[in-house]
Amino acid sequence: MTDANMPRTARTTRTIRCDYLARVEGEGALYVRIRDGCLQDVKLKIFEPPRFFEALLRGRRHLEAPDITARICGICPVAYQMSACHAIENALGITVGGPLRELRRLLYCGEWIESHVLHVFMLHAPDFLGYESAIHMARDHGDLVQMGLRLKKIGNDIGALLGGREIHPINVRVGGFYRVPERRELQRLVEDLTWACDAAEKAARWVATLPFPDFEQDYEYVALRHPAEYPFNEGRLVSSGALDIAVSEYEQCFVEEHVAHSNALHSAMRGRGAYFVGPLARYSLNFARLTARAQHVARACGLGETCWNPFQSIIVRCIETLYACEEALRIIASYERPERPFVDAPAFPGRGFGCTEAPRGILYHRYQLADDGTITDARIVPPTAQNQKTIENDLRGLVPRYLDLSDSELQWRCEQAIRNYDPCISCATHFLRLDVDRGGAAAVP
Amino acid sequence: MTSGRCGSEPPAVLVIGVGNAWRGDDGFGLVVAEALADSLPEVAVKTASGDGAALMSEWEGAELVIIVDAVRSGAAPGTLHRLDASAGPLPPDSLRCSSHAFGVAEAIELSRALGTMPRRLVVHGVSGQTFAAGTDLSPPVRDAVGPLLKRIRDEVAALTLARESAGHR
Repeated sequence: MTDANMPRTARTTRTIRCDYLARVEGEGALYVRIRDGCLQDVKLKIFEPPRFFEALLRGRRHLEAPDITARICGICPVAYQMSACHAIENALGITVGGPLRELRRLLYCGEWIESHVLHVFMLHAPDFLGYESAIHMARDHGDLVQMGLRLKKIGNDIGALLGGREIHPINVRVGGFYRVPERRELQRLVEDLTWACDAAEKAARWVATLPFPDFEQDYEYVALRHPAEYPFNEGRLVSSGALDIAVSEYEQCFVEEHVAHSNALHSAMRGRGAYFVGPLARYSLNFARLTARAQHVARACGLGETCWNPFQSIIVRCIETLYACEEALRIIASYERPERPFVDAPAFPGRGFGCTEAPRGILYHRYQLADDGTITDARIVPPTAQNQKTIENDLRGLVPRYLDLSDSELQWRCEQAIRNYDPCISCATHFLRLDVDRGGAAAVP
Repeated sequence: MTSGRCGSEPPAVLVIGVGNAWRGDDGFGLVVAEALADSLPEVAVKTASGDGAALMSEWEGAELVIIVDAVRSGAAPGTLHRLDASAGPLPPDSLRCSSHAFGVAEAIELSRALGTMPRRLVVHGVSGQTFAAGTDLSPPVRDAVGPLLKRIRDEVAALTLARESAGHR
């Protein structure tokens, strides 16, 4: 660490070091090198060990993919189950419609609610208000934190009802579910969800009052787009550029590459480079598909139909939480219990593609199945891996504006910017290390 | 898993075993919870993966909460630790390293900040030897199960006695 009492001008190089970035999911570090007052290098280093899930899947039965891949993440297991189911079903040539499809959307609502609310209240809001953590924030904003905890629990309750338990659901299968709920079981959620709509609106209006840095970048947003729905499970992959492709064309348009400083592969759009997935991309590409209330609240929070300030992702997460609560109520109101909890999924050789909207953005799966359904090849591209280049680009844009800040203040701002993406480093391959190297004799070697 | 008394009223005594059965000594809390559920029918026993928000809702309204978890410490594997969270903040980094950003220690401190802590909250920990993949406890940690069960039974008995002499039923 540099000597805080040393005049800035006397330095040639500055290093800021954050050994472990807290309040992100997974283990990573940030390295920032500044020479003679100019930013020279930014690296988001992910040292979470690679977990080889794609290799682990080879030789397993096609029906096992949802349960194996759910283990990739404890925060967004539903996303892994959904992408796996859709990809395997695509390979088998079956489609899941009607109430089973609706129940999948409902399960996803639960995951978005619990994941978004955890991030907004426990991980990100403290950054904006200058609190070291949610615990410190709770002493001054106890009512809001309590509201967040209750909201999160409602999301978890949906997951527990449909998934069999809150973390790593066990009730999802290729073709549908092992058990589907009775109408009255879902009805029990209505009172809580009605409260949750109001709470999510209140949360959105509150986070909209937080101080936002004036920071916009020229992003290429990528998200699913469905003709009629705000996207969870289905749609075409579109971008704020010219992209408009079927999910099966993903690997023709996106590449993964290994970089030395990260155990997570970096994604890039062929010929175009970095791109941005997650709530801001979904919102900006699908505003018209939000409910009237969610649109109204977004406008009341000062957002337009697109939003280019990544710090405002905290507002968009609240808008998406409101949407998820409303969507859950809509699904419950029209639910008719299907006669069978799943459609048959007999083994069939082929290749299948799936992409769904995890809380953090698009999650792509591709499987190759042998005649007996054995998985012979698998490819999984999680959202955080796709956002790595964009996170680094944000820091390249941000750090030069804040060079006058002390190392600790600069580190704070960098961490806040990284948390705009709610990065799930475990998924991409739990602490982030930050090194800011400003050079000079006082710098750490 | 939930066993023991159930009903609408919060339990007087709640034991929560925290851990992951697939990560070696991290399964300690679950093993202890299972043994207690069989031997202490008057106590509510639950297991948890360590998600902080879920823990907070589990212990809401309970009078005495006992959490059993594996801990990281410099002590020899199998060493038992008793941390009285009601008395003050837990030592930083004492609890098991969690993949979740919001775990046991955070839940306790957040509860304290919000004024929703149970009247008594005690954490019983064991120093783990291995947290690698696998379902077996290491021998020193397995040997610590029996002594901890006795400690917890004694603690529950003392509380029950205190409640009875204070006129509770």
